[in-house]
Amino acid sequence: MSVLAQQLVLGVLIGGLYGLAAAGLSLVFGVLRVLNVAHGDLIMLGGYAAFWLFSLLGLDPFLSLLAVVPAALGIGVVLYTGLFGAVVRFPDETRIKNSLLVSFGLAVVIHALAVKLWTADERSITTPYGGDVLTVAGLAVPKVRLASLILAFALIALVHLLLTRWRWGHAIRATAEDWQAALLVGIDVRRAYLLAFAIGTALAGAAGTLVSIGYSVSPSIGLEWSLKALIVVVLAGLGSMMGTFVAGVVLGVAEAASAAAFGGPYREVVGLVIILTILVARPQGMFGRS
Amino acid sequence: MTRRGATLGRAASIIVIVGVLAAAPTVVRRDDIVNFLFLLLLSITLAESWNVLGGYAGQVNLGHAAFFGTGALVTRALWATGANVILCMLAGAAAAIVFALAIGVPAFRLRGAYFAIGTLVLAEILRITVGNLLPEISTLPTIAIARYRLADRYYLALIVAALAVASVAALERSRVGLGMRAVREDEDAAEATGISALQVKLVALALSTGLAGLAGGLFAYYHISYYPQHAFTSGWTFDALLMTYIGGVGTLRGPLLGAVFYIFFKEYLAIHWVDFHLLIFGALFIAIVLVLPGGLVDLVGRVKRGTSKGPSTQTG
Repeated sequence: MSVLAQQLVLGVLIGGLYGLAAAGLSLVFGVLRVLNVAHGDLIMLGGYAAFWLFSLLGLDPFLSLLAVVPAALGIGVVLYTGLFGAVVRFPDETRIKNSLLVSFGLAVVIHALAVKLWTADERSITTPYGGDVLTVAGLAVPKVRLASLILAFALIALVHLLLTRWRWGHAIRATAEDWQAALLVGIDVRRAYLLAFAIGTALAGAAGTLVSIGYSVSPSIGLEWSLKALIVVVLAGLGSMMGTFVAGVVLGVAEAASAAAFGGPYREVVGLVIILTILVARPQGMFGRS
Repeated sequence: MTRRGATLGRAASIIVIVGVLAAAPTVVRRDDIVNFLFLLLLSITLAESWNVLGGYAGQVNLGHAAFFGTGALVTRALWATGANVILCMLAGAAAAIVFALAIGVPAFRLRGAYFAIGTLVLAEILRITVGNLLPEISTLPTIAIARYRLADRYYLALIVAALAVASVAALERSRVGLGMRAVREDEDAAEATGISALQVKLVALALSTGLAGLAGGLFAYYHISYYPQHAFTSGWTFDALLMTYIGGVGTLRGPLLGAVFYIFFKEYLAIHWVDFHLLIFGALFIAIVLVLPGGLVDLVGRVKRGTSKGPSTQTG
């Protein structure tokens, strides 16, 4: 029983990261109608950034968020200007499919680049405090992962506040609701797209940093994290940052439970089965609006 | 050139190409070149197979590896019992088709990008499951290794690739091929003209996965040892997608041209940098989706029309 409880605790902890990984994807998909399957590869880049800041400059990985997130924001601006700005020009009917294809190409490029630059080895950050454990009611809670969960929640809450309180946050939400109507009332839709995309990329960078601390990064984690993020987005629907965080935790717990029931190797399968079931049961209306 | 002349010319060039490929192993007698040509033929089969569903019927299948892998798995398992390899490959293709049709009806409830995600997820489930159930490397028994002849693999690959190209050529002229293109352009409009979109998509799925199963069978027949999971990895899907789009999606010649271009470049670049080709082809793929949706065949066509100034003969 306590083994199961321990598994579930670890499931909750990684679930927060799933929520953070999905938040960026959800924002970009909801606002731009761009399905960025390279989102996991952006997470991977964030992970490497934190890893190199730590191993070359000795920068504490949690502090490196302050460098990685603005850098990711910049990469988001570059990617939107150079690539996704062209994708949003497709008409609504073909935009999602074309965005999927373009981001698939981007994922191939980023993956090849990462293998080229950093080899296919798995890397993770080992800090002096990495092994510290908090014991609550007989259950071990690794402090680093707990901090990651709290940070993930804080970042998602911050984006939620930006979207609900900030002037441009209103513009982004209006654009997501109906871009033509937003254009009519004088919102700079292009600027809203750019902001949403850049914030989404920044969230990927933050998620990557946290992944490299508690877990590990390698060039091939891109597809894996894109799938995790997709599963969470499908679970949560679009439009609610907090809902995305909760869905992430749900996925983490579901994985832990299935690993306990069917054995470790199948922990990845449960999420995939969930997404497949939801997709087939609600083929059109799964993303909030039909 | 007259229409009849063009047809004769095309027939002659096909005979020459097949003849040259058939004679290749006896003339060059170099294993590295025959291996390379085998890889080329396998890639042509894989690209054309993806093209049927993804190109003609417009359903982007990101789970193609699942059917390639199924073909490989079944072929290898039956072949290990000592059965005739051609029968084993046919059984592998049949298994891929049966599996595809079983998932086809629910999968085609999904449209566009959701179909793509659904198939990607399905292939991942299969890959993980096969990796867990069959973690051991699959190696041929010593006696089979002693009898291994590369030429056998090569000729079988030539036959399968020819079959793939011929079936797409036949599809292009057929009624069901027209139906596929109608569904691709506008599913609701196609339904309104009396086409059963589901039926047409299932036909495309069956042909596509059957050919992918044959390609998987070739892979299983060719390799002395490999991890069963390897045939299920997403790389097979990604290769097929890159080759098809770069060559020209939804055309007969596109995947052919794309496969030749891709494999030659991959081999050339591999001499200097491993996996560097993916960097270039990924970027090329993006450029093609954004600015040249017809692919290289379209580009070649435009250049030809630009220089000869004559009316274009509609081909491929």
